[in-house]
Amino acid sequence: MTKQMYCVACPLGCFITVEYDDTGILNVTGNTCKRGIDYARTEMTNPTRSLTSTIRVIGGKRAVIPCKSHEPLPKNMMFDCMKEINKARVKAPAKIGDVLIPDILGTGIDIVATDNCD
Amino acid sequence: MKYDLVVIGGGPAGMAAALKAKEEGVEKIVILERDVRLGGILNQCIHTGFGLHYFKEELSGPEYAQRFAKQVAETDIDVMLDTMVIDIDDDNNVTAMNNRDGLIKIEATAIILAMGCRERPRGALFMAGTRPSGVMTAGTAQKYVNMDGYMPGKKIVILGSGDIGLIMARRMTLEGAEVKMVCEIMPYSGGLTRNIVQCLNDFNIPLYLSTTVIATHGRERLEGVTIAKVDERLNPIPGTEEYVECDTLMLSVGLIPENELTKDAGISIDRITRGAVVDELRATEKKGVFACGNVLQVHDLVDFVTLESYLAGKGAAKYIKNPAAFDDAVYVKTTTGNGVGYIVPQRVNIKTDEDVKLYFRVRQVYKNARVILEVDGETVSNKKKIKLAPGEMEDVTIPKEIIEKMTDKSEISVRVEA
Ligand SMILES: Cc1cc2nc3c(=O)[nH]c(=O)nc-3n(C[C@H](O)[C@H](O)[C@H](O)COP(=O)(O)OP(=O)(O)OC[C@H]3O[C@@H](n4cnc5c(N)ncnc54)[C@H](O)[C@@H]3O)c2cc1C
Ligand code: SF4
Repeated sequence: MTKQMYCVACPLGCFITVEYDDTGILNVTGNTCKRGIDYARTEMTNPTRSLTSTIRVIGGKRAVIPCKSHEPLPKNMMFDCMKEINKARVKAPAKIGDVLIPDILGTGIDIVATDNCD
Repeated sequence: MKYDLVVIGGGPAGMAAALKAKEEGVEKIVILERDVRLGGILNQCIHTGFGLHYFKEELSGPEYAQRFAKQVAETDIDVMLDTMVIDIDDDNNVTAMNNRDGLIKIEATAIILAMGCRERPRGALFMAGTRPSGVMTAGTAQKYVNMDGYMPGKKIVILGSGDIGLIMARRMTLEGAEVKMVCEIMPYSGGLTRNIVQCLNDFNIPLYLSTTVIATHGRERLEGVTIAKVDERLNPIPGTEEYVECDTLMLSVGLIPENELTKDAGISIDRITRGAVVDELRATEKKGVFACGNVLQVHDLVDFVTLESYLAGKGAAKYIKNPAAFDDAVYVKTTTGNGVGYIVPQRVNIKTDEDVKLYFRVRQVYKNARVILEVDGETVSNKKKIKLAPGEMEDVTIPKEIIEKMTDKSEISVRVEA
């Protein structure tokens, strides 16, 4: 069996073909670099994506502070994570790298600030 | 006031150019920025994907910008915020204004233009119908959501498949809005493939190619739009009209370099890039004035903005040390051959002692094509490309050994062979 996909690990966006059977992946072609193989592997088993959003700020100079998942999250948990992010509040000040939501929904992945806010 | 170097614009381009000039030994540098903080457009681009090439990390826009802002703060580069430049005169005197000091005159030896670009507004499109609220550029919507923290609408149609529109399709969907579709008038997408995959396909948002919005409906607030297919000449095809209910229409139909200052200063502009005509150090045709970043050519990747800005910073430093060196430059034009829309730089000083990278965009999508660089009719490089698209900037390099042999009669050209 084969599956085709675009690697989104970098802006090049290689068109990758994965050959697989019941035992797993047999061959990956079309990738320009090694990261393409890793991408294909996670995409076949547990697709993940980086999540970015904003969290409301209390008592700061701006209404919201941007944030990201420190590592990619399982793709099927995006909307559940968004609910948590929309519920959360952050007290100013905050700075880049601050953990705003630790271990979101038990994934082991933190939501961290990506900008400074006084 | 007197400065060796005045940098206009404090986005990634201005910051990188100033930092490079400092590193090259330029003493008095000032960055003039009309916004209240450094960082430019990146401050509102909260998605990740910046700096993959340059920092080998996937950073968000503000993170990328703040890395440079921090470096700037660690130097003695002056920064004037809330300060808008309004004029550059024949002798490189810069006029700016702000609330504190009113009108400011600065004598500059060299100037770097780094004003970025702005989005093409609705006025630039042909669209019939009313003018209700709810029609905005994707970048404006991005500012509303990411900086001001409010949602501009619930049911959204996006016109244009530029990266900003694609990024906003995902952002609005994650925030609970319904993004009905992205319409693209061209037969191909204007954005990066990765953005089509991550922002549309992941959320099952349809992308309709060769489709445009021909009318808007609604009195106070937008209530819907009429879309239609277009023919090869981009004219709407009668009978293909379709009404789509929506309260927001986002436009992502291209970016225009912000070159009013440049034009007023009498600097020649390339008809295609809409940026200044420059050489390999990003020197414009006006002595001592350099340009880099989105004001020179619209970039998709900030990493390339940074690299280009280092060239301009280096060029300005070279000029400040010895302006006369620029008097004996011998320029050869770069010529666009088959399939190539534009090349930056538009000309190369053959006295350079370094390899020169030519950045270009193709005019249409090609599969399994070759990119051929020729100097004086001889092939310098001939590279196979699996895919070429107007949405993605390409480059080829002229090695210095080849440039050494060139004369003022030489010809440089880049073309695509399907
Ligand atoms: C919405 C959007 C999304 C993007 N997404 C990505 C992405 O995912 N990945 C990626 O790598 N790249 C992305 N880019 C591209 C990248 O962000 C830009 O190429 C980069 O920010 C351009 O930098 P710049 O410094 O040339 O321009 P800008 O960032 O626009 O900075 C120009 C600065 O000049 C100032 N200015 C203008 N005129 C004056 C004046 N007269 N006086 C004083 N100051 C002035 C402006 O206020 C601004 O701060 C995106 C761009 C946009 C617009
Ligand atoms: S395979 Fe490598 S080069 Fe190609 S898109 Fe993926 S990460 Fe980029």
